[in-house]
Amino acid sequence: MSLAMTRATAPLPERQTLEALVADILAEAKAQGASAAEAAVNFGAALSVTVRLGEVETLEHHRQRGLGVTVYNGQSRGSASTADWRPSAIRETVRSACAIAGYTAADPFAGLADPERLAREIPDLDLYHPWPLTAEAAIALAGECEAAALAYDPRIRNSEGASVTTQVGLLIYGNSHGFCGGYPTSRHSLNCSVIAQQGTEMQRNHWYTVARADNGLQAPASVGQIAAQRALRRLGSRRLDTRQVPVLFAPELARGLIGHFTAAIRGGALYRKASFLLDRLGTAVFPSFITLQERPHLPRGLASAPFDSEGVATVARDLVTGGELRGYLLDSYSARRLGMATTGNAGGAHNLIVEPGALDQADLLRQLGTGLWVTELLGHGVNLVTGDYSRGASGFWVENGQPQYPVQQITIAGNLNQMFKTIVAVGNDVDARGAIQCGSVLLERMTVAGE
Amino acid sequence: MTAATLALARQQLLTPAGLGEDDLHKTLGCLLGHAIDSGDLYFQLRRAESWSLEDGEVKQAGHAIHQGVGVRAVSGEKTGFAYSDEILPTTLLEAASAARAIARHGADGQLPVWRSVERVARYQPLDPLASLNAEAKIHLLAHVDAEARRQDSRVTQVMVSLAGSQDTILVVGSDGTLAGDVRPLVRLNVTVIVEAQGRREQGSAGGGGRVAYGWFLDQERALGYAREAVRLALVNLEAIPAPAGTMTVVLGPGWPGILLHEAIGHGLEGDFNRKGTSAFSGQIGERVASPLCTVVDDGTLADRRGSLSIDDEGTPTRCTPLIEGGVLKGYLQDKLNGRLMKTASTGNGRRESYAHLPLPRMTNTYLLPGASEPGEIIASVTKGLYAVNFGGGQVDITSGKFVFSASEAYLIENGRVTRPVKGATLIGNGPEVLTQVSMVGNDLQLDAGVGTCGKEGQSVPVGVGQPTLRIDALTVGGTHA
Repeated sequence: MSLAMTRATAPLPERQTLEALVADILAEAKAQGASAAEAAVNFGAALSVTVRLGEVETLEHHRQRGLGVTVYNGQSRGSASTADWRPSAIRETVRSACAIAGYTAADPFAGLADPERLAREIPDLDLYHPWPLTAEAAIALAGECEAAALAYDPRIRNSEGASVTTQVGLLIYGNSHGFCGGYPTSRHSLNCSVIAQQGTEMQRNHWYTVARADNGLQAPASVGQIAAQRALRRLGSRRLDTRQVPVLFAPELARGLIGHFTAAIRGGALYRKASFLLDRLGTAVFPSFITLQERPHLPRGLASAPFDSEGVATVARDLVTGGELRGYLLDSYSARRLGMATTGNAGGAHNLIVEPGALDQADLLRQLGTGLWVTELLGHGVNLVTGDYSRGASGFWVENGQPQYPVQQITIAGNLNQMFKTIVAVGNDVDARGAIQCGSVLLERMTVAGE
Repeated sequence: MTAATLALARQQLLTPAGLGEDDLHKTLGCLLGHAIDSGDLYFQLRRAESWSLEDGEVKQAGHAIHQGVGVRAVSGEKTGFAYSDEILPTTLLEAASAARAIARHGADGQLPVWRSVERVARYQPLDPLASLNAEAKIHLLAHVDAEARRQDSRVTQVMVSLAGSQDTILVVGSDGTLAGDVRPLVRLNVTVIVEAQGRREQGSAGGGGRVAYGWFLDQERALGYAREAVRLALVNLEAIPAPAGTMTVVLGPGWPGILLHEAIGHGLEGDFNRKGTSAFSGQIGERVASPLCTVVDDGTLADRRGSLSIDDEGTPTRCTPLIEGGVLKGYLQDKLNGRLMKTASTGNGRRESYAHLPLPRMTNTYLLPGASEPGEIIASVTKGLYAVNFGGGQVDITSGKFVFSASEAYLIENGRVTRPVKGATLIGNGPEVLTQVSMVGNDLQLDAGVGTCGKEGQSVPVGVGQPTLRIDALTVGGTHA
């Protein structure tokens, strides 16, 4: 098809424009009597296309603005946000925040980050690589990706489509300690989801690639082929009897397991005593071969950031060494509540890397021997207060290191405390498509519920 | 009321931007000049606030205003979409020219003669944010906190949040649709942590609807949430490991209706069925449930969280039968999928905001009451699980496999509810699970107004409900094999 118009993403506004807005907001807050204030202004633009069964399904242009302010009236605070950048809107938004701060209770722990922790130098982490992609080119890429999936096997007969998204953003944060910083970022992704059919059985699966720069993306045809393989291998799925067996988590799911760990060492969960990892600093949470590092300054890293959402400089550090918990994920507020110092994690973790082991997937399946290889999880049955874990699963039944047949409509259950301690191995098959990078994880034993 | 709501929407959304009917015509004209079958403009102004309490004090609160216009152009199965957070004549035209790029050049379309949509208001066009003053909101939260702490000395943490919003929307469509709505929505949530002998457990409860904050004061609703959250947490302190395996499950009334949302509702959304990707595709007229089961999606219930007077395409909502006497009756449609499946919208075209495309979505999904006494249903089970509260759920609509996670459940032994068990995920197959329903209670309840449904990255408020149900076989994902 031909398009009447071609257009890449909208251009980013000048950085000085956003810095001036932040300065205006902080000045307005001061003028309205705030004793301290912090503000963030962001702009984002994206182009997204989906191609299904060879035809364009959607073409979306996104362009979003935001402005948020938190003001302090002594130890009382109030927040407000809007998408409107006009001076009248800034006045109104600051007024709303100040009005709220007039009602909220004084909180001795509230306040801006301590000035000495604010980032002084802002390293360039190479996070901005806009992709001058026209709508036609995006459609062609998505089409190539889906076509590769559809051509892979005659049993791939239906599709949810392939989509290409390219986005750019600019965020500037400033506070009344004099900090003002920001940097542009880009993110591009390609996703394909197809359906394999055999008789009356239908199985869906997907694959995706994501990167800061377009040359970091996996080739479209390869993404399509992997999506097709993943859907096909689910055909003929059976159920299992209820049993207790060793379980191997595929890397994309192992990242989720580590995600539960990070959720439990967040300051907010700790000071509320809403974590199964309370008071565990300095103790063994994992077996001694597990090492977990935070590396915020990886060039082009998907979760890289020179400073956190309070302006605090981020630093490389070890969260788990020799299986022992060495640090939490804290912002200024939760750190003060815990009598500790911020770790530069306001807004989240920045590239958590589980040190890969020596074994690849085939080795891990051999080490699993007879048990369950989980390749998909369903639902949110994780209780972070107790660590109790129970989720829907599908994957493969493995005997003597060889996958025998696909399985579905089963659950896997355990307790995260126990699951973390009984990790047997971590693979070298690292999935790095997010804030957590991890290989496959083999667990000693979980309960599988089925027929 | 209807005309007044439309006038209010125009006054809030168009007047400040100096937009008149000419501008709307011009924008639609720009959209339709390109072999576009249809197009629409969706104007939205959203005002929202939240107040949260912990350690017995309200220390955090926020206020947000967001507005914008989404422009959609549809040609066959293709959709072009653009939006702007500035409502101005120039940005409208810019968005229209970006959206229409989906289609080839072609003949000019016909410009519509607008007709306002006939509809019944399902809630008042009120402003929840202004329905209590700040002191009263803080007082309400503090009162809920005190009520929770008063229940039991083992309560160590209480977190209470109050959120309210008002959405004013205006839909202008090339099919002549001109419809406005003012949608209030409030929610109050309580989470407590209890601790005894080194064991900690959590309990949550809450509710809400398309009402003013005063609703939480009526019948001590807010205090009831506090008592319920503590009760739930204390039950979990006593819980033993949940069983693992396939067994008879009795689901309590109300929120366990999340079963219907996951197992049935999603699979009957028009987009999946048009594309043939749902486990329910092509099964209209087939038996998919026991004859005891009748399931509807009903957007018309007064003041409910999942209700809408009109959907986000301007279509009035209705009560749509999904399953009648066990037989699959119909799908949930928006305009695009209804047209492509040669049927009409069922008033289920919903979008998270102006920055998102409409999709077929549920409103309030529930199963109609049967004849059995709840006590009789429990007494009929020799060995099984009685699950009365749930967290979330999820479904793979293509394979039909779905899960929902119990947060309060008990063993049933010899017809009696005995010990509480830890939370566990239940897993089943959508097209099969209702065939296992052997008893339906006479105690239909709708949930308290806490549901949020996610689909393709878009969140919308929904409701669920059901009477007590006996399911002869469902897999329970506990640890105790």
